[in-house]
Amino acid sequence: MKINNYITAEFPSKSVNESLARNIAAVFALPLDPNLEELSDLKTAVSEAVTNCIVHAYAGTVGSIIMKCRIIKDNVVEISIKDKGCGIEDLEKARQPLFTTGGEDRAGMGFTIMESFTDEMKVKSRVGKGTAVTLRKKINGRGSK
Amino acid sequence: MKISGNFKNGMLTLAFDGELDHHAARDAMQKLGNKLDAYTPRFCVLDFSGLQFMDSSGVALILRTYKRMCELEGRLSVANVGPQPMRVLDASGVERLIEISAAKEGGAV
Repeated sequence: MKINNYITAEFPSKSVNESLARNIAAVFALPLDPNLEELSDLKTAVSEAVTNCIVHAYAGTVGSIIMKCRIIKDNVVEISIKDKGCGIEDLEKARQPLFTTGGEDRAGMGFTIMESFTDEMKVKSRVGKGTAVTLRKKINGRGSK
Repeated sequence: MKISGNFKNGMLTLAFDGELDHHAARDAMQKLGNKLDAYTPRFCVLDFSGLQFMDSSGVALILRTYKRMCELEGRLSVANVGPQPMRVLDASGVERLIEISAAKEGGAV
């Protein structure tokens, strides 16, 4: 599969980096000339994934988040967000809308938003090892709606 | 992110300026809670005209504010919502509980 471009970023699971991650994704996708909705959907999905690492994967501690962006098939942005945190015990439950282990501070909408705002979402997780979320979004560009 | 409050005739209007993500929501919820405790309003309006971005952390904040307003037997509405925050609110379904209105064309008044 042709990889047209890529970037790998590693940063600590501090909440100030939620904005950093959103902007890395947005800037990386820019050469594909995304329209406003595509750009904001991508940023929102990335924000949810990174927030999950901070709030859940590394709850009570700080760990490393590795974000890899690639452009594949000419106009598909693929973003993977990986952590070496606590892992997800029940992935099926975690993906249910409104389900959260995070108490009343959280809405339980992270995976739902990631799924709705991208074309494809894959999650792999192992308890005690970590979690990897891979998002793919085709960018049709500003000529389209 | 900045929140400024305006209390008049029993209505507390809270204007948000910036981005409402998990990083911002922690302080924001505390500020909101303090203002609700101070004014105990009948009506609370969250004015999102200055809100550039929101993710599900913002949804959680809205729901907690709604819960608090229910305790006060008051009402909550969210006004002047821009396109990106509206996408997130639509995905969350909160409009079943709370009145949500979009930003006017060409920017909020």
